[in-house]
Amino acid sequence: MEALIEAALRLAAPLLLAALGELVIERAGLIHIGIEGTMLTGAFVGFVVAVGTGSALTGVAAAACAGAGVGALFAAFTVLGRVDQIVVGTAVNLLALGATGAGSRALYGGAPPSAPTLGPLLPGPLAEVPWLGSLWFAQTAFLHAGLLLTLVIGLVLTRTRPGLQLRAVGESARAADSEGVSVPLVRCLAVLIGSSLAGIAGASLSLAQSDSFTEGMTAGRGFIALAIVIFGRWSSVGVLLASLFFGFVSALQFRLQARGSGIPYPVFLMFPYLVTLAVLALASGRARAPADLGRAYAREAS
Amino acid sequence: MSDALLALLSGSVGSLAAWEATLRETTPLLITGLAVALAFRGGVWNIGAEGQLLAGALCATIVATRWCVDAPAWLLVPAVALAGAFGGALFGGIAGGLRAARGVSEVISTILLNFVAGSLVALAIQGPLQEAARAYPKSDPFPAAALLPSLGRVHVGLLVALALVWLAHVLVFRTAFGFRLRAVGLAPKAARFAGISPERIALTTLVLSGALAGLAGAFEVAGVTGQLYAGLSAGTGYTAIAVALLARLQPLWVIPSALLFGALEAGAAAMQREAGVPAVVTQIVQGAVILLAVGVSIGRRRARPRLDRASAEAG
Repeated sequence: MEALIEAALRLAAPLLLAALGELVIERAGLIHIGIEGTMLTGAFVGFVVAVGTGSALTGVAAAACAGAGVGALFAAFTVLGRVDQIVVGTAVNLLALGATGAGSRALYGGAPPSAPTLGPLLPGPLAEVPWLGSLWFAQTAFLHAGLLLTLVIGLVLTRTRPGLQLRAVGESARAADSEGVSVPLVRCLAVLIGSSLAGIAGASLSLAQSDSFTEGMTAGRGFIALAIVIFGRWSSVGVLLASLFFGFVSALQFRLQARGSGIPYPVFLMFPYLVTLAVLALASGRARAPADLGRAYAREAS
Repeated sequence: MSDALLALLSGSVGSLAAWEATLRETTPLLITGLAVALAFRGGVWNIGAEGQLLAGALCATIVATRWCVDAPAWLLVPAVALAGAFGGALFGGIAGGLRAARGVSEVISTILLNFVAGSLVALAIQGPLQEAARAYPKSDPFPAAALLPSLGRVHVGLLVALALVWLAHVLVFRTAFGFRLRAVGLAPKAARFAGISPERIALTTLVLSGALAGLAGAFEVAGVTGQLYAGLSAGTGYTAIAVALLARLQPLWVIPSALLFGALEAGAAAMQREAGVPAVVTQIVQGAVILLAVGVSIGRRRARPRLDRASAEAG
């Protein structure tokens, strides 16, 4: 049981970070399906920089910057150019898949080296303590950062002025605009912050869950993060709980798989996506999205 | 670099064989590009052409290698095509049904179903559909009667695809359904006031769009590979999005758009073979073309201000 929960927390960390990023973006009224590609870019750039500098932390910082860079591209087209967000998100995913694939082959010729990884938060005797050790001290900082960010994002969104402005832009861009809030500025900032979180989430795959980059290694986690935001009803605590649920489902899946249950391997591959679809079908009816989600905003021509 | 470009050109248009390769790559892009264009026209974000294509290929393989192995060609070829359309329509219909009944965004459900379809194909070719020899994860080869008639290396699916382009053009611009589809796509609120149900249009569109993508899958297994295996579609359903957007969602413009991307696919394969440039760079090109295509629309809007879709919806 301890091992199962340990794995659930470990597997939830990247989902939590990515979903928090998407949450910030969606609360500002944008739907960003390019989170998957943003994660992949973070995983690749984080890995390359960590290998180059020998420091996993530098890699994580680079992944955050790379994520923000991808976000800048998305924001330029969707916020400033007011192009459809689904279309640009799809382009981001294609670009990221192609660029990281070609980049990894060009740099490492199909055999990437091992990167330095981000180890346990506090190695040593504390990590050996039953339960507390494996569930807290032996986890990587990605989990703790995710939990801290859940709190911070929740407080900022609900208790501060910038948070209120961000939510106002997401609920009614026109009303926010008439109150003097700069809609493009708020949306661009939300995309940059959210995308850098997605970049960090990607780095957690190549610098903590494994020590290497493989093509398409995000394997749909960015899309599951989209579902987590819906399942978590657009609140940071809800996103945390939904991420833990999906982490637990993945842990359970790996456990069954390792036990050799006679169930064919592709069934396990399908499992997370089927669970996500089922959860969406159950959750979508009662959840309420930000009112202006997915809509570009342009001032009426004066 | 110039080696790579030379390989790209000679591999796509440099010889008769190259043209055959280009046309063979163009056929599935024509049909799936049409599927995406039709859906996007109605504001239905079907990102699932890839999964619908695989579901179609899977159903076509069931019919050709398990159910009707001994049927004559005049029966088997249409049956295989219909099975493909059915498989794709089923996957599109799941997304449409989830949206109509539970309000699940088709963007996410179609993407998730892509992964499900990929796993289903993997499951089938390791299990019930695996070849009799049980050596590799692939299906039995199709019986000769199930293979599409072809001229050289170009199969009859290309002609069917061209006919479908014309049909789609008529459907979108000359029928009541097409009118409702465009109305929902341009202004969903106004359409609802006019008594058109966006949910029903979305369901119909997803089934139709899925059927097209599924047909493309059936043509791939019955016209090109002759059997089902895991790498059947290297992202055709995603390239289809670039094809549709470059065609500005106009069915007739899908023809040159699909031809361009077909040439790119064929040329990229040659480039990888001869110049060692990985074929994944085509994905970069596809992404860039999408951004370019929509970027042009920004430029046009700036030059000629008018009530565009974005501000119409915000109001």
